[in-house]
Amino acid sequence: MIIVGAGPAGMRAAEALAAAGIRPTVIDEGQLSGGQIYRRQPVNFTRRYEALYGADAKKARALHKAFNALQGRIDYRPETLAWNLRDDVLHIVTDGVAAALRFDALILATGATDRLAPIAGWTLPGCYSLGGAQIALKAQACSIGARPLFLGTGPLLYLLAYQYLKAGAPPAAVLDTAPFAAQVKALPDLAVRPGFLARGLMFRARLRAAGILIENGVEPLAIEGEGKVAAVRYRTAGGTERRIACDAVGMGFHLRSETQLADLAGCPFLFDAATGQWRPDADRDGRTPRAGIYVAGDGARLLGADAAEAAGRLAALAALTDRGMEVDMAEVARLRRRMERLDRFRRGLATAFPWPARLACAVADEVIVCRCEAITAGNIREAAVGKDAPELNRAKALSRIGMGRCQGRFCSSAAAEILAEARNVPLAEVGRLRGQAPIKPLSMATVKGERP
Amino acid sequence: MAEISMSAGRFRRLGETDRPSVEIEVDGEQVVALEGDSLLVAVLASGRTLRRSEFGDGDRSGFCLMGACQDCWMWTAEGGRVRACTTPVRAGLRLITQAMSEDLWPIPA
Ligand SMILES: Cc1cc2nc3c(=O)[nH]c(=O)nc-3n(C[C@H](O)[C@H](O)[C@H](O)COP(=O)(O)OP(=O)(O)OC[C@H]3O[C@@H](n4cnc5c(N)ncnc54)[C@H](O)[C@@H]3O)c2cc1C
Ligand code: FES
Repeated sequence: MIIVGAGPAGMRAAEALAAAGIRPTVIDEGQLSGGQIYRRQPVNFTRRYEALYGADAKKARALHKAFNALQGRIDYRPETLAWNLRDDVLHIVTDGVAAALRFDALILATGATDRLAPIAGWTLPGCYSLGGAQIALKAQACSIGARPLFLGTGPLLYLLAYQYLKAGAPPAAVLDTAPFAAQVKALPDLAVRPGFLARGLMFRARLRAAGILIENGVEPLAIEGEGKVAAVRYRTAGGTERRIACDAVGMGFHLRSETQLADLAGCPFLFDAATGQWRPDADRDGRTPRAGIYVAGDGARLLGADAAEAAGRLAALAALTDRGMEVDMAEVARLRRRMERLDRFRRGLATAFPWPARLACAVADEVIVCRCEAITAGNIREAAVGKDAPELNRAKALSRIGMGRCQGRFCSSAAAEILAEARNVPLAEVGRLRGQAPIKPLSMATVKGERP
Repeated sequence: MAEISMSAGRFRRLGETDRPSVEIEVDGEQVVALEGDSLLVAVLASGRTLRRSEFGDGDRSGFCLMGACQDCWMWTAEGGRVRACTTPVRAGLRLITQAMSEDLWPIPA
């Protein structure tokens, strides 16, 4: 059995399999285990768990400890990329050496990345994804600038602004594209996790108390600067145009799942209208219709870190059940109940921090949508209308949108909106970009080989 | 004695500065970094940008820091390519911010 991903979902899946006497192979691209939220700092850094993970320090410590304790009982391969999947064989590469691993069961716990919509100027040096701005702080003890401005929507927007404030780099402003009313409307669903709600309110209060401007319902107009970020221009909810000076920007609109491997495995995908995203079809335990393929954590559904831990265990227990092994059904029932509760929370997040579809559709022709190859919104519209591309893969062939080295991770959400708008069809109709191997660029020196 | 820059950079160091320094070269100029830095942090903390876009739309300095956007690739003097956000600094590394050839993104068979 193989697990891809050593974040909370993959780590808990590994633990469950090891407890059943199976020695899973755990593949993770990172140097150290932990995934996104519980990302570890380099070994020669000295900050304590409390400084790194704040209120999540206890969970982080517990998870790291549990995974470290698996040493010897799992085949953990860090710094290893799973880059292709074909006919029940997973292709991996470690430090330039490629190998192929056959599997009976594969648990995909591949997590998520920031979801992006382009804004004029977002390719300027000094502009980062919110997740990137958090990694600078967590993994490298750096801020992205002396006066960073955070822009977009989602829980990470406020968490990050608070983390920067606490670390001694107070943000220039926090600009949320979601109207405040949306957050109020989502309260009943968000209350499923009272701790989360209370912390969100605390972040806001602390930022305000520190004199940091928080605006809701903004329309970002441009990130300005010559060769580097110098200011953000936006329209307030009231319709006034404003400009705030800053030397860095962190931007993002919540998350999108990493689903390329599920796609290459031939898993069917479902369109989730609440978020406008596609996700691999799976039952409540993470079983996909493709025998032997399971999905768990943020790579399956964006339910957050606590749910990722539960989903990892559930997927492992499902894989064990399918193998004819005895599992504790009371635990399965408990985990399922937990997941159901947290799914309500997911819907709450989608209400509170909606993806700004309108912003993506309205982006001006000359704005770069694809950072990899500088493909503009105009190029996509030209493919949509001038060249009659009915769906994303055709638009890709005609305009090269999504063909760059990030494989559409950062442009496809917006490209789909632009295409659908230009063709005047519902978003689901333009489909989704098909995954293609290698799912990330390999080094030029990659050689075939078998790891000892 | 080589000194790390605390304030001139694009990235600002907020702590963990009590680490041994490491010297690398960027476009022929010496850059002092700290052990445990990613190449991206090493270069940006020195005030430089990472790379020139191959498509003529200016300088770039990474975006996601998590190995997903691929907007932080730099080149080595030996003709290799490194992803700066996920590669730790190594003393003596010689980096280049602009691609030397057109052959950039080989797809393996
Ligand atoms: C940048 C970022 C920051 C976040 N910060 C917070 C936060 O502060 N607080 C919070 O509550 N939530 C945060 N979230 C959400 C939170 O990370 C998730 O809910 C949680 O980490 C999900 O756990 P996971 O195990 O599903 O995935 P992750 O934790 O994302 O782990 C996935 C792992 O899979 C590996 N992987 C993926 N694809 C491959 C492949 N092809 N080959 C090899 N390895 C692969 C990755 O390297 C990664 O280690 C953040 C999300 C992101 C993207
Ligand atoms: S900054 Fe995105 S891959 Fe390095």
